[in-house]
Amino acid sequence: MAHAAPLVVHAEPWINFDVGLLADRFWANTINGLAYGSVYALIALGYTLVYGVLQLINFAHSEIFVIGVFATYLTFISLGFEPGAIPNLPIAAIILDLILAGLVAMTVSGLAAVGLERVAYRPLRRRNAPRLAFLITAIGASFAIQQVIRIWRGSNPEGTIRLLPPQPVFTIFGAPITNLQIVIILASLAMFVVADQFVNRSRLGRGIRAVAQDPATATLMGVNRERVIMITFAVGGILAGVAALFYLMTIPQGAVYNGGFLLGIKAFTAAVLGGIGNLRGALLGGLILGVVENYGQSLFGGDWRDVVAFVLLVLILMFRPTGILGESLARSRA
Amino acid sequence: MIRRRIAAVGALAAAVALVLSGCANQGGGEQQGGGPAAGAPSQPTDAALPAGNGQGRCAPGTSIGYAGTIAGQNAALGIAIVNAAQLAVDQHNAANPNCQVTLVRADTGGTPDTAVGPTTGLINNPAVLGLVGLPFSGESRAMGPALNAAGLVNITPSATNPGLTQNGWTNFFRGLGNDAVQGPAVAGYIQNRLNAQNVCVIKDDSDYGIGLAGTVTQALGPRASCQIDVKTNQREFSAIIGQVQQANPQAIFYAGYYQEAAPLIQQLRDAGVQTTFIGPDGVKDEQYVVNAAGSADGSLLSCPCVPQEGFTDFTNAYRQAFGVPPQTYSAESYDVTTILLRGIDQGAADRAALLNFVRSYQGQGLTKRFQWSPTGELTSTPVWMYRVQGNQIVTDTQIG
Amino acid sequence: MAGVSHWWNSKSRPAQWGYMVPVVIFLLALPVLNPPIITTEPYTDFPIALFNAAVFALIAIGLNVVIGQAGLLDLGYVGFFAIGAYTAALLSSPDSELGVRYPWLVIVPIAMVVTMISGVILGTPTLRLRGDYLAIVTLGFGEIVRLLADNVDPLRGNRGFQNIARPGGDFPDGTPIFSQTDALGFYWLAVMIIVIVLLFMGNLERSRVGRAWIAVREDEDAAELSGVPTYRFKIWAFAIGAAVGGLSGTLFAAQVGYVNNQRFDITTSTLYLAAVVLGGQGNKVGVILGAFLVSYIPDRFQFEPTYRFLIFGVALIVLMIFRPQGLLGMRQHLLANGRQAYQKLFGAGTAVAPSGLTASSKARGDLSETVPDDHAGTSPRGGGE
Repeated sequence: MAHAAPLVVHAEPWINFDVGLLADRFWANTINGLAYGSVYALIALGYTLVYGVLQLINFAHSEIFVIGVFATYLTFISLGFEPGAIPNLPIAAIILDLILAGLVAMTVSGLAAVGLERVAYRPLRRRNAPRLAFLITAIGASFAIQQVIRIWRGSNPEGTIRLLPPQPVFTIFGAPITNLQIVIILASLAMFVVADQFVNRSRLGRGIRAVAQDPATATLMGVNRERVIMITFAVGGILAGVAALFYLMTIPQGAVYNGGFLLGIKAFTAAVLGGIGNLRGALLGGLILGVVENYGQSLFGGDWRDVVAFVLLVLILMFRPTGILGESLARSRA
Repeated sequence: MIRRRIAAVGALAAAVALVLSGCANQGGGEQQGGGPAAGAPSQPTDAALPAGNGQGRCAPGTSIGYAGTIAGQNAALGIAIVNAAQLAVDQHNAANPNCQVTLVRADTGGTPDTAVGPTTGLINNPAVLGLVGLPFSGESRAMGPALNAAGLVNITPSATNPGLTQNGWTNFFRGLGNDAVQGPAVAGYIQNRLNAQNVCVIKDDSDYGIGLAGTVTQALGPRASCQIDVKTNQREFSAIIGQVQQANPQAIFYAGYYQEAAPLIQQLRDAGVQTTFIGPDGVKDEQYVVNAAGSADGSLLSCPCVPQEGFTDFTNAYRQAFGVPPQTYSAESYDVTTILLRGIDQGAADRAALLNFVRSYQGQGLTKRFQWSPTGELTSTPVWMYRVQGNQIVTDTQIG
Repeated sequence: MAGVSHWWNSKSRPAQWGYMVPVVIFLLALPVLNPPIITTEPYTDFPIALFNAAVFALIAIGLNVVIGQAGLLDLGYVGFFAIGAYTAALLSSPDSELGVRYPWLVIVPIAMVVTMISGVILGTPTLRLRGDYLAIVTLGFGEIVRLLADNVDPLRGNRGFQNIARPGGDFPDGTPIFSQTDALGFYWLAVMIIVIVLLFMGNLERSRVGRAWIAVREDEDAAELSGVPTYRFKIWAFAIGAAVGGLSGTLFAAQVGYVNNQRFDITTSTLYLAAVVLGGQGNKVGVILGAFLVSYIPDRFQFEPTYRFLIFGVALIVLMIFRPQGLLGMRQHLLANGRQAYQKLFGAGTAVAPSGLTASSKARGDLSETVPDDHAGTSPRGGGE
């Protein structure tokens, strides 16, 4: 029975160029890419804000996002939803539950980001550590948070809780767009506008921009730098919490301890793509990345998705060495 | 909040258990799930259990090893295996006061390079007489020569690459059917029962997925009209679904694990693709059904393992010990650990003796009948098809 | 600590090497001594743990050229390591479609040349980028290498290559010196390679190339204006760093005897960076120590597998907070022959100047999160202002 079977024969080519599929799926890919890219963009905003203020790649931001995902999930659970079941509730109740979960995720992620700053970054700032030292504590914190979640919740993905199953609402050029996608795209844009207005119009936002542009002068002008840094981390964490809610609505199987890694890398790529330190760049980068990844998958095959993302990054940086929109946070004011 | 959650999960688990045991009780009589009357075998009452006859005697300190991932990436699979092995050892020790066996764990991290140190640690530990693992084919390949040189009997509960038994290793045994057994059986089912002319074969990038997709594709020939690749840990499949929609197949075979299969099937169904979905043993898991949240209904799941009806005691004990139901390859791990324990109970006091015991072992386990060919493949590996129906995995028919 | 470095720096270079001989002998004897508490056994084989640490150290030395010497932040260094390992696999595994079985000693120079070329290929378009933009592009490069290994069928993805060539030779009792489970031979080989590479790097640092790197690191624009062809020297740094990465890749592939697409991910790359920064970028002994810790801590806590990576993560944070400049700190010489220059300026035996520099950085105030000796990852704004 267990005879020696001939080993795998691969007749299929390892890469293909399916232009027809790309054309056929163009609008569907665009819409799906925009919706998923919105999640990238929301996470990317957190990277970009922190980078703008501290010139620090916050490697642990993806873990802040994962904390948000678990906060969302556990809120669902404590609201009485059961994994695997499809709730039969009036739409108003579902929307209220989603908003509640989102608020919890925003709070938890925001607090986690501030806590991370306190534990891993502030002591280094006090000691005038070189910038790379921050990178290492970020990596350490990333390991630690991931492992704590794994030890606490186990290494399996949590069960699925779907409050809002996607239903096609209307079609654009033959491509269906679902209620979920509309909610995510619009709400992400709204969150972005709020964040952008906060940074560009509010008093606290002015502080953020001042510190981003010139920390020394800003401090002399009476800006409390520590407070600005704390608020920056908090805003980044809150946005990651929103992203977490949308992510879990799109991918209900996403609550797993290492689920933030790839998304974090992609979101960071998106931030650099758009021009790191630039809020609008993060939005643009996230959306572009989401869309182009989908085109790439149709053109080259599903396993080339990440390659397409990184090659795009390299190409854009070769022609626009500081990203598409360039500028840093400090100079991008309206 | 946490306490309440645990209570909720516990209640759910209990409900599932009740339903399952209900099935099990009826298993002998009437067929559940309306499968063809090929008939599930009755509960394997003669299955070897770790407790044995309680008369086991062995030297104090006698150990068996587990080498595999515990905390690294893909830890879920490793934990499902090591937990089941631990359960077997605990049950054995409780029943055999004169033979207390220790399970020594070595965390290989699941990758070939990090496997070398911990596994060598086990090899150099003279108390370790046998090894459960390694879970992945990659690390098994990397460590195979060393384990063979040490004469340490090595039964893998999950590595399915056919090439592993073609290296001339005399100590390597596989506790389940390999890809070359399951693949053609599934392909035959797709051709003859489903009568599908166009089949999409989707595979992940694991050794398991690639190997299985290869054997299925080969057996299907030109019917495997579309080949799609996804990545392990991928969760978003919209572009993949576009490919499937364009190919418009009559069946989809997914070669990979349930972690990806659950979001994939859900997104396929959401996008309106109602094509028959077939998954292998890596997908056949309660988690698949739960995580797909209703979308899994109607999925066909093949597995080189006999139906679950006999698992009730094991399932309950596992759940009681670890708080979660057993997962993919838990039962295989339980079975192969039992075989090693049986050998130790019957007086195998060194590695050579235990190796000889396993080589000539014949006996029924929970998952199948165990008897190995000289290369270390099982001599009989029944392949069964299961079906998801009403959020349960029910037996469909034997396919190979 | 200061006293030791004071004493150390006052010695002449040959004297320093003289003191290093017993240290190297001690290191060579370490797996045989198998000292309690330090040993990772019985949970992980101690010689293998040491070998892994040595490979890590070699990688860190190579990466240190890029980060510590030339000040270029490279987050995709694992790509070069992977290319080295895959070159060894393709040239010696029976699974390879090339169908050749070269011995290990032939593979090593080929792999180093191949990785050097790939370093130049990566560097040519990207080294015009500054600071963190370079970091993210190199990160992308590392991922692309891994994904190609995954997607391109002849590279066999997760299936991998078996039976990769090892160096030959037997111990007197007939057992092979270089084997998978007895890493003694491989460990000794790795230590000897490290010593040779260190000698080579030391000379390189004191050459024109080394001076150019330091100039680039300290102020790229000023270096360019002073006539240093910065771009060319940055590519040299990349190429030489890459070659050492490739060398370590072949060493790794030979010991494990098997290569597949696992282990070449971003996480591994960030661990290399952690080794360099933890030990003290720019300090060769420091990065070896850092590499040892990064490789050793998870092995040492193998007895508690559930918690070992948590322990590791916390250890990274704690070590970094208490030694923000790295365990052994950067040798803060602005000159390639800084030792002699400072000795002339401040008198023999003076510790190499950090006090002066640190004081000036303190004087500039706590407002700036960067200190003058922050070399890698110059902010993109830094150049333009």
